[in-house]
Amino acid sequence: MSQTTTFTLDDLREIMRAAVGVDDGVDLGADILDTGFPELGYDSLAVLELTSLIGRRYDFEVPDELVERLTTPRSVVDYVNDRLVEARS
Amino acid sequence: MSGVVVTGIGVTAPNGVGTERYWAATLAGTSGIRPITRFDATGYPCALAGEVPGFDAARWVPGRVIPQTDHWTHLSFAATSMALDDAGLDPARYPEFAMGVITSTSSSGGEFGQRELAKLWSAGPRHVGAFQSIAWFYAATTGQLSIRYGMRGPCAAIAAEQAGGLDAIAHARRVLRDGPATMVVSGGTDASLAPYGLVAQLTTGHLATGTDPAAAYTPFDRDAAGYVPGEGGAILVLEDEQHAVRHRRARPYARIAGHAATFDPRPGSGRPGGLGRAVAGALDDAGLAPADIDVVFADAAGVAELDLAEASVLTEVFGPRGVPVTAPKTMTGRLYAGAALDVAAAALAIRDGLIPPTVATRDLADGCDLDLVLDRPREAPVRAALVVARGHGGFNSAMVLVRHDPFDR
Repeated sequence: MSQTTTFTLDDLREIMRAAVGVDDGVDLGADILDTGFPELGYDSLAVLELTSLIGRRYDFEVPDELVERLTTPRSVVDYVNDRLVEARS
Repeated sequence: MSGVVVTGIGVTAPNGVGTERYWAATLAGTSGIRPITRFDATGYPCALAGEVPGFDAARWVPGRVIPQTDHWTHLSFAATSMALDDAGLDPARYPEFAMGVITSTSSSGGEFGQRELAKLWSAGPRHVGAFQSIAWFYAATTGQLSIRYGMRGPCAAIAAEQAGGLDAIAHARRVLRDGPATMVVSGGTDASLAPYGLVAQLTTGHLATGTDPAAAYTPFDRDAAGYVPGEGGAILVLEDEQHAVRHRRARPYARIAGHAATFDPRPGSGRPGGLGRAVAGALDDAGLAPADIDVVFADAAGVAELDLAEASVLTEVFGPRGVPVTAPKTMTGRLYAGAALDVAAAALAIRDGLIPPTVATRDLADGCDLDLVLDRPREAPVRAALVVARGHGGFNSAMVLVRHDPFDR
Protein backbone atom coordinates (compact mmCIF):
# COMPACT_ATOMS: atom_id res chain seq x y z
CA MET A 1 0.00 0.00 0.00
CA SER A 2 2.88 2.36 0.58
CA GLN A 3 3.45 3.03 -3.13
CA THR A 4 -0.21 3.37 -4.00
CA THR A 5 -0.84 5.62 -6.93
CA THR A 6 -3.98 7.56 -6.28
CA PHE A 7 -5.71 9.90 -8.63
CA THR A 8 -6.75 13.15 -7.01
CA LEU A 9 -8.94 16.05 -7.95
CA ASP A 10 -5.78 18.07 -8.51
CA ASP A 11 -4.56 15.52 -11.05
CA LEU A 12 -7.87 15.89 -12.84
CA ARG A 13 -7.67 19.69 -12.70
CA GLU A 14 -4.21 19.60 -14.23
CA ILE A 15 -5.33 17.48 -17.17
CA MET A 16 -8.41 19.65 -17.67
CA ARG A 17 -6.28 22.79 -17.75
CA ALA A 18 -3.47 21.46 -19.88
CA ALA A 19 -5.20 19.30 -22.42
CA VAL A 20 -8.90 19.93 -22.69
CA GLY A 21 -9.13 23.62 -21.86
CA VAL A 22 -11.10 25.78 -19.47
CA ASP A 23 -13.28 28.79 -20.22
CA ASP A 24 -12.64 32.15 -18.62
CA GLY A 25 -15.71 32.11 -16.40
CA VAL A 26 -14.91 28.73 -14.84
CA ASP A 27 -12.88 28.49 -11.65
CA LEU A 28 -11.37 25.01 -11.52
CA GLY A 29 -9.80 25.88 -8.18
CA ALA A 30 -13.23 26.06 -6.56
CA ASP A 31 -14.91 23.09 -4.91
CA ILE A 32 -15.90 21.39 -8.14
CA LEU A 33 -15.98 17.77 -6.97
CA ASP A 34 -19.74 17.52 -7.39
CA THR A 35 -20.23 20.15 -10.06
CA GLY A 36 -21.75 18.75 -13.23
CA PHE A 37 -19.44 18.75 -16.24
CA PRO A 38 -21.85 20.86 -18.31
CA GLU A 39 -21.53 23.61 -15.70
CA LEU A 40 -17.76 23.42 -16.15
CA GLY A 41 -18.23 23.92 -19.88
CA TYR A 42 -17.59 20.26 -20.66
CA ASP A 43 -19.91 18.51 -23.09
CA SER A 44 -19.87 14.74 -23.60
CA LEU A 45 -17.13 14.95 -26.23
CA ALA A 46 -14.91 16.88 -23.83
CA VAL A 47 -15.50 14.28 -21.11
CA LEU A 48 -14.63 11.57 -23.65
CA GLU A 49 -11.39 13.35 -24.47
CA LEU A 50 -10.66 13.83 -20.77
CA THR A 51 -11.20 10.18 -19.86
CA SER A 52 -9.26 8.88 -22.86
CA LEU A 53 -6.32 11.11 -21.90
CA ILE A 54 -6.42 9.74 -18.36
CA GLY A 55 -6.67 6.20 -19.75
CA ARG A 56 -3.59 6.75 -21.88
CA ARG A 57 -1.65 8.18 -18.98
CA TYR A 58 -2.48 5.32 -16.58
CA ASP A 59 -2.69 2.66 -19.25
CA PHE A 60 -6.26 1.46 -19.15
CA GLU A 61 -9.16 1.79 -21.56
CA VAL A 62 -12.34 3.65 -20.71
CA PRO A 63 -15.37 2.17 -22.49
CA ASP A 64 -17.12 4.91 -24.52
CA GLU A 65 -20.52 4.02 -23.07
CA LEU A 66 -19.27 4.66 -19.56
CA VAL A 67 -18.71 8.31 -20.35
CA GLU A 68 -22.44 9.01 -19.93
CA ARG A 69 -22.15 7.99 -16.29
CA LEU A 70 -19.12 10.15 -15.59
CA THR A 71 -21.06 13.32 -14.92
CA THR A 72 -18.94 15.04 -12.27
CA PRO A 73 -15.26 15.29 -11.35
CA ARG A 74 -15.98 13.04 -8.35
CA SER A 75 -17.32 10.29 -10.57
CA VAL A 76 -14.15 10.47 -12.71
CA VAL A 77 -11.79 10.52 -9.72
CA ASP A 78 -13.60 7.54 -8.13
CA TYR A 79 -13.66 5.62 -11.40
CA VAL A 80 -9.96 6.17 -12.07
CA ASN A 81 -9.01 5.11 -8.52
CA ASP A 82 -11.11 1.95 -8.85
CA ARG A 83 -9.30 1.11 -12.07
CA LEU A 84 -5.91 1.74 -10.48
CA VAL A 85 -6.73 -0.52 -7.52
CA GLU A 86 -7.99 -3.15 -9.99
CA ALA A 87 -4.76 -2.95 -11.95
CA ARG A 88 -2.68 -3.64 -8.83
CA SER A 89 -4.69 -6.57 -7.57
CA MET B 1 -36.48 45.11 -51.76
CA SER B 2 -33.96 46.02 -49.12
CA GLY B 3 -30.32 45.48 -50.06
CA VAL B 4 -27.56 43.70 -48.22
CA VAL B 5 -24.71 45.77 -46.85
CA VAL B 6 -21.30 45.21 -45.27
CA THR B 7 -21.24 46.81 -41.81
CA GLY B 8 -18.23 45.11 -40.23
CA ILE B 9 -14.90 43.75 -41.38
CA GLY B 10 -12.40 41.55 -39.54
CA VAL B 11 -9.10 40.52 -41.09
CA THR B 12 -6.45 37.94 -40.25
CA ALA B 13 -3.97 38.28 -43.10
CA PRO B 14 -0.31 37.42 -43.55
CA ASN B 15 0.46 41.12 -43.87
CA GLY B 16 -1.70 42.31 -41.01
CA VAL B 17 -4.07 41.18 -38.26
CA GLY B 18 -6.87 43.72 -37.92
CA THR B 19 -8.58 45.53 -40.75
CA GLU B 20 -6.70 48.81 -40.52
CA ARG B 21 -3.34 47.12 -40.07
CA TYR B 22 -3.95 44.92 -43.09
CA TRP B 23 -5.16 47.87 -45.13
CA ALA B 24 -2.22 50.11 -44.21
CA ALA B 25 0.26 47.33 -45.04
CA THR B 26 -1.51 46.62 -48.31
CA LEU B 27 -1.55 50.25 -49.39
CA ALA B 28 2.16 50.45 -48.49
CA GLY B 29 2.90 47.39 -50.60
CA THR B 30 4.09 45.40 -47.58
CA SER B 31 4.10 41.70 -48.29
CA GLY B 32 3.53 38.89 -45.78
CA ILE B 33 5.11 36.23 -47.97
CA ARG B 34 8.05 34.55 -46.24
CA PRO B 35 9.72 31.15 -45.86
CA ILE B 36 7.37 28.59 -44.31
CA THR B 37 7.76 28.29 -40.52
CA ARG B 38 4.62 26.41 -39.40
CA PHE B 39 6.39 23.14 -40.20
CA ASP B 40 9.79 22.08 -41.45
CA ALA B 41 9.35 22.55 -45.18
CA THR B 42 12.89 21.45 -46.03
CA GLY B 43 12.67 19.07 -48.93
CA TYR B 44 9.30 20.32 -50.13
CA PRO B 45 9.27 21.96 -53.54
CA CYS B 46 7.28 24.86 -52.12
CA ALA B 47 9.31 26.97 -49.69
CA LEU B 48 7.26 30.15 -49.30
CA ALA B 49 3.89 30.99 -47.86
CA GLY B 50 1.86 33.82 -46.46
CA GLU B 51 1.64 32.98 -42.76
CA VAL B 52 -0.25 35.11 -40.26
CA PRO B 53 2.61 36.23 -37.98
CA GLY B 54 2.47 36.21 -34.21
CA PHE B 55 -1.09 34.98 -34.02
CA ASP B 56 -2.19 34.27 -30.45
CA ALA B 57 -5.29 32.08 -30.41
CA ALA B 58 -5.75 32.57 -26.66
CA ARG B 59 -6.52 36.24 -27.27
CA TRP B 60 -9.47 35.44 -29.52
CA VAL B 61 -10.77 31.97 -28.79
CA PRO B 62 -12.38 30.74 -25.54
CA GLY B 63 -10.17 28.32 -23.58
CA ARG B 64 -12.48 25.36 -24.04
CA VAL B 65 -12.71 25.90 -27.80
CA ILE B 66 -8.97 26.14 -28.53
CA PRO B 67 -8.06 22.45 -28.10
CA GLN B 68 -11.08 21.26 -30.06
CA THR B 69 -10.56 23.43 -33.13
CA ASP B 70 -8.01 23.93 -35.91
CA HIS B 71 -5.87 26.99 -36.56
CA TRP B 72 -8.19 27.83 -39.45
CA THR B 73 -11.12 28.12 -37.01
CA HIS B 74 -9.00 30.23 -34.63
CA LEU B 75 -8.28 32.65 -37.49
CA SER B 76 -12.02 32.92 -38.18
CA PHE B 77 -12.79 33.49 -34.48
CA ALA B 78 -10.36 36.40 -34.42
CA ALA B 79 -11.76 37.88 -37.63
CA THR B 80 -15.35 37.47 -36.42
CA SER B 81 -14.65 39.14 -33.09
CA MET B 82 -13.10 42.09 -34.91
CA ALA B 83 -15.91 42.26 -37.47
CA LEU B 84 -18.63 42.33 -34.79
CA ASP B 85 -16.76 45.06 -32.91
CA ASP B 86 -16.33 47.00 -36.12
CA ALA B 87 -20.06 46.71 -36.83
CA GLY B 88 -20.85 47.82 -33.28
CA LEU B 89 -22.97 44.71 -32.86
CA ASP B 90 -23.41 42.83 -29.60
CA PRO B 91 -24.93 39.46 -30.56
CA ALA B 92 -26.18 38.95 -27.01
CA ARG B 93 -28.68 41.74 -27.63
CA TYR B 94 -30.23 40.21 -30.74
CA PRO B 95 -32.74 37.42 -31.21
CA GLU B 96 -30.75 34.23 -31.82
CA PHE B 97 -32.68 33.23 -34.94
CA ALA B 98 -32.16 36.65 -36.53
CA MET B 99 -28.43 35.95 -36.80
CA GLY B 100 -26.67 33.40 -39.01
CA VAL B 101 -23.18 32.15 -39.79
CA ILE B 102 -22.12 31.21 -43.33
CA THR B 103 -18.42 30.57 -43.80
CA SER B 104 -16.22 28.97 -46.38
CA THR B 105 -13.13 26.81 -46.19
CA SER B 106 -11.33 24.74 -48.78
CA SER B 107 -9.02 22.58 -46.69
CA SER B 108 -10.80 22.71 -43.32
CA GLY B 109 -8.75 21.52 -40.32
CA GLY B 110 -5.67 20.25 -42.11
CA GLU B 111 -3.15 21.06 -39.43
CA PHE B 112 -5.25 19.49 -36.67
CA GLY B 113 -5.78 16.42 -38.85
CA GLN B 114 -2.06 16.22 -39.54
CA ARG B 115 -1.32 16.14 -35.82
CA GLU B 116 -3.90 13.47 -35.03
CA LEU B 117 -3.00 11.31 -38.01
CA ALA B 118 0.63 11.43 -36.92
CA LYS B 119 -0.48 10.07 -33.53
CA LEU B 120 -2.48 7.36 -35.29
CA TRP B 121 0.44 5.97 -37.26
CA SER B 122 3.10 6.54 -34.61
CA ALA B 123 1.26 5.57 -31.41
CA GLY B 124 -1.99 3.88 -32.43
CA PRO B 125 -5.73 4.60 -32.55
CA ARG B 126 -6.11 5.14 -28.80
CA HIS B 127 -3.91 8.19 -29.11
CA VAL B 128 -6.16 10.01 -31.56
CA GLY B 129 -8.02 12.68 -29.62
CA ALA B 130 -11.80 12.81 -29.45
CA PHE B 131 -11.83 16.32 -30.94
CA GLN B 132 -10.54 15.00 -34.25
CA SER B 133 -14.15 14.01 -34.85
CA ILE B 134 -15.25 17.65 -35.00
CA ALA B 135 -12.17 19.81 -35.56
CA TRP B 136 -11.25 18.91 -39.11
CA PHE B 137 -14.54 19.07 -40.91
CA TYR B 138 -15.80 21.82 -43.13
CA ALA B 139 -18.62 23.05 -40.94
CA ALA B 140 -16.51 23.30 -37.76
CA THR B 141 -15.94 27.06 -38.00
CA THR B 142 -19.55 27.85 -38.78
CA GLY B 143 -20.74 25.56 -35.98
CA GLN B 144 -18.33 26.85 -33.36
CA LEU B 145 -19.12 30.48 -34.20
CA SER B 146 -22.82 29.74 -34.06
CA ILE B 147 -22.41 28.25 -30.57
CA ARG B 148 -20.02 30.98 -29.41
CA TYR B 149 -22.35 33.84 -30.29
CA GLY B 150 -25.73 32.11 -30.04
CA MET B 151 -26.41 32.70 -33.72
CA ARG B 152 -29.02 30.09 -34.52
CA GLY B 153 -30.47 31.48 -37.75
CA PRO B 154 -29.35 30.33 -41.22
CA CYS B 155 -26.00 28.55 -40.99
CA ALA B 156 -23.99 26.91 -43.75
CA ALA B 157 -20.48 25.96 -44.81
CA ILE B 158 -19.37 26.31 -48.40
CA ALA B 159 -16.38 24.60 -50.01
CA ALA B 160 -15.46 25.83 -53.47
CA GLU B 161 -11.72 26.39 -53.06
CA GLN B 162 -10.85 30.03 -53.81
CA ALA B 163 -14.34 30.77 -55.18
CA GLY B 164 -15.87 29.75 -51.85
CA GLY B 165 -14.84 32.97 -50.12
CA LEU B 166 -17.17 34.87 -52.44
CA ASP B 167 -19.85 32.19 -52.68
CA ALA B 168 -20.30 32.17 -48.89
CA ILE B 169 -20.95 35.91 -48.91
CA ALA B 170 -23.34 35.47 -51.83
CA HIS B 171 -25.22 32.81 -49.89
CA ALA B 172 -25.40 35.09 -46.88
CA ARG B 173 -26.89 37.76 -49.13
CA ARG B 174 -29.46 35.25 -50.36
CA VAL B 175 -30.62 34.27 -46.86
CA LEU B 176 -30.78 37.92 -45.78
CA ARG B 177 -33.00 38.68 -48.75
CA ASP B 178 -35.24 35.75 -47.90
CA GLY B 179 -35.47 36.81 -44.24
CA PRO B 180 -36.24 36.72 -41.44
CA ALA B 181 -32.53 36.78 -40.50
CA THR B 182 -31.23 40.35 -40.44
CA MET B 183 -27.53 39.73 -39.82
CA VAL B 184 -25.10 37.07 -41.05
CA VAL B 185 -21.44 36.59 -40.17
CA SER B 186 -19.82 35.48 -43.42
CA GLY B 187 -16.60 35.13 -45.37
CA GLY B 188 -13.84 32.63 -44.88
CA THR B 189 -10.39 31.71 -43.74
CA ASP B 190 -8.14 28.80 -44.58
CA ALA B 191 -4.96 27.43 -43.02
CA SER B 192 -3.56 24.53 -44.96
CA LEU B 193 0.12 25.12 -44.21
CA ALA B 194 0.83 21.62 -42.93
CA PRO B 195 2.49 18.84 -44.95
CA TYR B 196 -0.80 17.06 -45.59
CA GLY B 197 -2.50 20.23 -46.81
CA LEU B 198 0.42 21.36 -48.89
CA VAL B 199 1.11 18.03 -50.56
CA ALA B 200 -2.52 17.83 -51.67
CA GLN B 201 -2.08 21.17 -53.41
CA LEU B 202 1.20 20.22 -55.02
CA THR B 203 -0.65 17.83 -57.29
CA THR B 204 -2.02 20.78 -59.29
CA GLY B 205 1.46 21.86 -60.32
CA HIS B 206 0.31 25.45 -59.70
CA LEU B 207 2.28 26.21 -56.53
CA ALA B 208 5.27 28.52 -56.91
CA THR B 209 8.59 26.83 -56.33
CA GLY B 210 10.63 30.05 -56.20
CA THR B 211 12.49 31.01 -53.03
CA ASP B 212 12.59 34.80 -53.40
CA PRO B 213 9.58 36.19 -51.49
CA ALA B 214 9.62 39.32 -53.65
CA ALA B 215 9.44 37.46 -56.96
CA ALA B 216 7.79 34.08 -56.43
CA TYR B 217 4.17 35.02 -57.11
CA THR B 218 3.86 37.32 -60.12
CA PRO B 219 0.41 37.03 -61.71
CA PHE B 220 0.02 38.28 -65.29
CA ASP B 221 3.80 38.54 -65.62
CA ARG B 222 5.56 36.96 -68.58
CA ASP B 223 7.58 34.99 -66.03
CA ALA B 224 4.61 33.92 -63.89
CA ALA B 225 5.53 30.64 -62.25
CA GLY B 226 2.70 29.65 -59.97
CA TYR B 227 1.22 31.04 -56.79
CA VAL B 228 2.31 31.16 -53.18
CA PRO B 229 -0.23 29.66 -50.74
CA GLY B 230 -1.33 31.71 -47.76
CA GLU B 231 -3.45 31.40 -44.62
CA GLY B 232 -6.04 33.62 -43.02
CA GLY B 233 -8.78 35.62 -44.67
CA ALA B 234 -11.65 37.86 -43.69
CA ILE B 235 -15.00 37.71 -41.98
CA LEU B 236 -17.64 40.30 -42.76
CA VAL B 237 -20.80 41.29 -40.98
CA LEU B 238 -23.55 41.42 -43.59
CA GLU B 239 -26.83 43.01 -42.75
CA ASP B 240 -30.15 43.74 -44.20
CA GLU B 241 -29.87 47.37 -45.28
CA GLN B 242 -33.03 48.51 -43.51
CA HIS B 243 -31.91 46.85 -40.33
CA ALA B 244 -28.43 48.32 -40.49
CA VAL B 245 -29.29 51.84 -41.54
CA ARG B 246 -32.76 52.49 -40.14
CA HIS B 247 -32.68 50.50 -36.95
CA ARG B 248 -29.03 50.56 -35.99
CA ARG B 249 -27.89 53.76 -37.66
CA ALA B 250 -24.83 51.89 -38.87
CA ARG B 251 -22.68 53.27 -41.65
CA PRO B 252 -22.12 50.49 -44.19
CA TYR B 253 -18.86 50.12 -46.07
CA ALA B 254 -20.62 48.99 -49.21
CA ARG B 255 -23.60 47.14 -50.61
CA ILE B 256 -23.28 43.68 -52.14
CA ALA B 257 -24.93 44.50 -55.47
CA GLY B 258 -24.37 41.44 -57.61
CA HIS B 259 -23.00 37.92 -57.77
CA ALA B 260 -22.85 34.97 -60.10
CA ALA B 261 -21.17 31.59 -59.85
CA THR B 262 -20.51 29.22 -62.72
CA PHE B 263 -18.75 25.93 -63.24
CA ASP B 264 -16.33 25.14 -66.03
CA PRO B 265 -17.16 22.50 -68.62
CA ARG B 266 -15.36 19.18 -68.54
CA PRO B 267 -11.69 19.62 -69.50
CA GLY B 268 -11.17 18.81 -73.17
CA SER B 269 -14.79 19.51 -74.06
CA GLY B 270 -13.74 22.41 -76.29
CA ARG B 271 -16.39 24.64 -74.70
CA PRO B 272 -15.28 27.96 -73.20
CA GLY B 273 -14.63 28.25 -69.46
CA GLY B 274 -17.29 29.71 -67.19
CA LEU B 275 -15.45 32.78 -65.91
CA GLY B 276 -16.90 35.13 -68.55
CA ARG B 277 -20.42 34.04 -67.71
CA ALA B 278 -19.74 34.62 -63.99
CA VAL B 279 -18.53 38.18 -64.63
CA ALA B 280 -21.42 38.94 -66.98
CA GLY B 281 -23.86 37.39 -64.53
CA ALA B 282 -22.59 39.44 -61.59
CA LEU B 283 -22.82 42.69 -63.58
CA ASP B 284 -26.31 41.75 -64.71
CA ASP B 285 -27.37 40.92 -61.15
CA ALA B 286 -26.07 44.33 -60.05
CA GLY B 287 -27.84 46.07 -62.93
CA LEU B 288 -24.56 47.67 -63.94
CA ALA B 289 -22.70 48.03 -67.25
CA PRO B 290 -18.97 47.33 -67.57
CA ALA B 291 -18.35 51.08 -67.73
CA ASP B 292 -19.79 51.44 -64.22
CA ILE B 293 -17.04 49.31 -62.70
CA ASP B 294 -14.12 51.33 -61.28
CA VAL B 295 -11.78 48.50 -60.30
CA VAL B 296 -11.43 44.74 -60.69
CA PHE B 297 -9.88 42.60 -57.93
CA ALA B 298 -8.49 39.81 -60.06
CA ASP B 299 -8.28 36.12 -59.25
CA ALA B 300 -4.65 36.37 -60.38
CA ALA B 301 -3.68 32.71 -60.45
CA GLY B 302 -0.05 33.36 -61.36
CA VAL B 303 -0.21 30.46 -63.82
CA ALA B 304 0.34 31.49 -67.43
CA GLU B 305 -2.69 29.85 -69.05
CA LEU B 306 -5.00 30.81 -66.17
CA ASP B 307 -3.73 34.41 -66.19
CA LEU B 308 -4.34 34.58 -69.94
CA ALA B 309 -7.84 33.15 -69.57
CA GLU B 310 -8.72 35.73 -66.91
CA ALA B 311 -7.10 38.62 -68.82
CA SER B 312 -9.03 37.57 -71.94
CA VAL B 313 -12.33 37.67 -70.08
CA LEU B 314 -11.51 41.09 -68.59
CA THR B 315 -10.42 42.59 -71.94
CA GLU B 316 -13.50 41.13 -73.61
CA VAL B 317 -15.83 42.68 -71.05
CA PHE B 318 -14.03 45.97 -70.34
CA GLY B 319 -11.84 46.43 -73.44
CA PRO B 320 -8.03 46.36 -73.47
CA ARG B 321 -6.78 48.29 -70.42
CA GLY B 322 -10.40 49.33 -69.98
CA VAL B 323 -10.52 49.20 -66.18
CA PRO B 324 -7.96 49.31 -63.36
CA VAL B 325 -7.14 45.76 -62.25
CA THR B 326 -5.36 44.80 -59.06
CA ALA B 327 -4.26 41.76 -57.05
CA PRO B 328 -3.34 42.68 -53.47
CA LYS B 329 -3.14 38.93 -52.86
CA THR B 330 0.39 39.23 -54.26
CA MET B 331 1.17 40.37 -50.68
CA THR B 332 -0.60 37.51 -48.90
CA GLY B 333 -0.48 34.57 -51.26
CA ARG B 334 -3.66 32.90 -52.41
CA LEU B 335 -5.83 32.32 -49.35
CA TYR B 336 -8.39 29.93 -50.84
CA ALA B 337 -11.62 30.58 -48.88
CA GLY B 338 -9.74 33.59 -47.54
CA ALA B 339 -10.59 35.16 -50.92
CA ALA B 340 -13.23 36.89 -48.80
CA LEU B 341 -10.30 39.21 -48.05
CA ASP B 342 -10.59 40.56 -51.60
CA VAL B 343 -14.20 41.46 -50.86
CA ALA B 344 -13.01 43.26 -47.73
CA ALA B 345 -10.33 45.06 -49.75
CA ALA B 346 -12.92 46.10 -52.33
CA ALA B 347 -15.10 47.54 -49.56
CA LEU B 348 -12.11 49.46 -48.17
CA ALA B 349 -11.21 50.73 -51.65
CA ILE B 350 -14.75 52.06 -51.96
CA ARG B 351 -14.51 53.70 -48.53
CA ASP B 352 -11.18 55.40 -49.16
CA GLY B 353 -11.15 55.99 -52.91
CA LEU B 354 -7.87 54.12 -53.09
CA ILE B 355 -7.05 51.10 -55.25
CA PRO B 356 -4.50 48.90 -53.48
CA PRO B 357 -1.53 47.83 -55.56
CA THR B 358 -0.29 44.59 -57.03
CA VAL B 359 3.32 43.90 -56.09
CA ALA B 360 6.02 41.69 -57.64
CA THR B 361 4.59 41.60 -61.17
CA ARG B 362 6.93 43.43 -63.60
CA ASP B 363 6.29 42.81 -67.30
CA LEU B 364 2.83 41.85 -68.47
CA ALA B 365 2.65 38.62 -70.43
CA ASP B 366 1.57 38.76 -74.06
CA GLY B 367 -2.21 38.81 -74.18
CA CYS B 368 -2.55 40.17 -70.64
CA ASP B 369 -3.51 43.62 -71.81
CA LEU B 370 -4.52 44.93 -68.42
CA ASP B 371 -4.30 48.27 -66.64
CA LEU B 372 -2.68 46.58 -63.64
CA VAL B 373 -2.22 48.90 -60.65
CA LEU B 374 1.39 48.25 -59.75
CA ASP B 375 3.44 48.96 -56.61
CA ARG B 376 1.58 52.06 -55.43
CA PRO B 377 -2.05 52.63 -54.57
CA ARG B 378 -4.00 54.63 -57.11
CA GLU B 379 -6.36 57.39 -56.03
CA ALA B 380 -9.66 57.08 -57.81
CA PRO B 381 -13.28 57.38 -56.85
CA VAL B 382 -14.49 53.81 -56.45
CA ARG B 383 -18.26 53.57 -56.76
CA ALA B 384 -18.35 49.97 -57.90
CA ALA B 385 -15.84 47.13 -57.65
CA LEU B 386 -15.80 43.69 -59.22
CA VAL B 387 -14.15 40.82 -57.37
CA VAL B 388 -13.22 37.68 -59.27
CA ALA B 389 -12.29 34.29 -57.80
CA ARG B 390 -11.64 30.91 -59.35
CA GLY B 391 -11.48 27.69 -57.38
CA HIS B 392 -9.38 24.78 -58.55
CA GLY B 393 -11.55 22.16 -60.17
CA GLY B 394 -13.78 24.50 -62.17
CA PHE B 395 -15.36 26.98 -59.74
CA ASN B 396 -15.85 30.56 -60.93
CA SER B 397 -17.32 33.34 -58.84
CA ALA B 398 -17.75 37.08 -59.39
CA MET B 399 -19.14 39.66 -57.01
CA VAL B 400 -20.00 43.35 -57.41
CA LEU B 401 -19.83 45.75 -54.47
CA VAL B 402 -21.09 49.32 -54.74
CA ARG B 403 -20.78 52.36 -52.55
CA HIS B 404 -23.67 52.47 -50.16
CA ASP B 405 -25.93 55.39 -50.79
CA PRO B 406 -29.39 55.10 -49.31
CA PHE B 407 -30.67 58.02 -51.36
CA ASP B 408 -29.54 56.63 -54.68
CA ARG B 409 -31.90 53.72 -54.98
